[in-house]
Amino acid sequence: MSISVRNIAKRFGDFVALDNVSLDFPSGELTALLGPSGCGKTTLLRIIAGLEVADGGSVLLDGEDASSQSVRERQVGFVFQHYALFRHMTVFENVAFGLTVKPRAERPGKAQIAHKVHELLKLVQLDWLADRYPSQLSGGQRQRIALARALAVEPKVLLLDEPFGALDAKVRKELRRWLRRLHDELHVTSIFVTHDQEEALEVADRVVVMNHGHVEQEGSPQDVYDNPASPFVYGFLGSVNLFHGRVHGDTLKVGGHELELDAHTLAPGDPAIGFARPHELDIRRPGEGLADGLPARVLRVLPLGASVRLELALADDGQIIEAEIGRSRLRELALTEGETVLVLPASVRVFPAPAAADKAVQPR
Amino acid sequence: MSESIALPLPAQHSRIAGATSESPLVKSLLIGTALIFLAVFLFLPVLAVFYEAFKKGAAVYFAALVEPDAWSAIKLTLLIAAIAVPLNLVFGVAAAWAIAKFDFRGKQLLITLIDLPFSVSPVMAGLIYVLIFGAQGWLGPWLSEHDVKVIFALPGIVLATVFITFPFVARELIPLMQAQGNEEEEAAIVLGASGWRTFWHVTLPNIKWGLLYGVILCNARAMGEFGAVSVVSGHIRGLTNTMPLHVEILYNEYNFAAAFAVASLLALLALVTLVLKSIVEWKTRESVSDLSPEPVQK
Repeated sequence: MSISVRNIAKRFGDFVALDNVSLDFPSGELTALLGPSGCGKTTLLRIIAGLEVADGGSVLLDGEDASSQSVRERQVGFVFQHYALFRHMTVFENVAFGLTVKPRAERPGKAQIAHKVHELLKLVQLDWLADRYPSQLSGGQRQRIALARALAVEPKVLLLDEPFGALDAKVRKELRRWLRRLHDELHVTSIFVTHDQEEALEVADRVVVMNHGHVEQEGSPQDVYDNPASPFVYGFLGSVNLFHGRVHGDTLKVGGHELELDAHTLAPGDPAIGFARPHELDIRRPGEGLADGLPARVLRVLPLGASVRLELALADDGQIIEAEIGRSRLRELALTEGETVLVLPASVRVFPAPAAADKAVQPR
Repeated sequence: MSESIALPLPAQHSRIAGATSESPLVKSLLIGTALIFLAVFLFLPVLAVFYEAFKKGAAVYFAALVEPDAWSAIKLTLLIAAIAVPLNLVFGVAAAWAIAKFDFRGKQLLITLIDLPFSVSPVMAGLIYVLIFGAQGWLGPWLSEHDVKVIFALPGIVLATVFITFPFVARELIPLMQAQGNEEEEAAIVLGASGWRTFWHVTLPNIKWGLLYGVILCNARAMGEFGAVSVVSGHIRGLTNTMPLHVEILYNEYNFAAAFAVASLLALLALVTLVLKSIVEWKTRESVSDLSPEPVQK
């Protein structure tokens, strides 16, 4: 089932949680709603489920307006951040709950329910825990039971609110992969909310980046990571270095140096900020090659696994930047802390500096 | 040899115990003070009640309990508790539900009002009802016209008792329900459960121990209330005398054995309440510890 939201608005008192949000979630896809806390992503998920009522706009389930449908009629599966398992019921009873509360006419027989529950418990690989109580389970197990419970009613849509937020890093990684496999098996239209960019990029078919109640960008994980549409997305997805300067043709003038730019639409002379990821920075020794680079002093060399992170201070204004280079490149350069090198970004995207953006909006 | 090495270890451990631990002298002094205080002010009086009650033998004791006026006081007390406690059970659950699960205007006011009976003198509580329902009160003339007796009759005593005991259940449930939050209810509703089913199968099982605790305290107070009931009851022997009122009357008549016999029943009720309370407290703690989102890692 496809989901669409049209012009959804929601405020809590003075706080604008969602500001005119419109999105489409195609059938069968796994979409991540990604953003910092307070960006409205959980509110949007709860509005789609019907747990929260929007101030304006509509939710379309399979093209039909669901605004008048109650939570119970929407047939969504919802997985809560803190699992919300019924603590006085066993795992079996928890998973069976959605089936046992069906109206008498639709309710399957006892044996059928038992069969279905055990099937689901097998699916989440916790068949052996059927008689335990939630308090006897680990966090990861609870989360999987919560998922089995949501799937028991065969929902047309699966909504997950920070599904791995309360788990430790190792379990989280395992469950992430497991959720992806499960989705490939079931193909239920799914939306999950997360503030963890790595999680969103790894698990989802599509990523929607949200900030301050509106959508910053949506697209494939590759797309949002490689072509961020705004400075916010750049900063939120992975680390990034900022270069303040002025546009000069195809280059950005930073101090007395010029950096080559990717395609852009800024007018010459505009103040702008260039963005480049740490792995997009090349480090050269002065005099090596012909290209001009930004002189910087090496502060620290931090070997991290396969790559090496360099902390550098720009010679012009002392700004700290980060670069990531391969181990072999480091050996070639034979850098020592304290020496001066040239920083050469392979790719720089520019966005107008905030002051310039304000000017563009206000007609003179 | 090995023993002599093993033994000193625990002593060393106790010497480097936590920063807030005190020397054994201070510890025993504190514990001793508390125990002596309890013995003098609580244990001794309870013992005295039973001693006085049985002073003239078991026959006198039981005779005092089955004496018609005493028996009617016992029955009246049970009847009042049987009316007031269920009323406050329903009210308490409703109020706690409203406060814990919804946001609405006047929520803080409601919380304050629930506490009102705790802060008002019981005599005042009784007087309020006399002022409203008494012969000279607001509704007095209308009531006597329709031949309805509230003051100096069962309805008045029930009203006063309900007023005095209504914070107990609500006060017990509000923090519990606030701690448990809404998520389980939301999960039940998303899974297709109706509001009624959600209440019976999800909410009620989660609060049952807290609820029972509130009911036990409410019941103890309903049976033991003196001040408010004294004002509205009129002390009519065999008709509107509850157990606490009956004890006072017997005592004033120098009928000590009978007074202490009835009082011993109230004392017994208190002891039973205490035992039940500890059992339920222990169970409540168990159900609250289930709340912790992360269990012990295995």
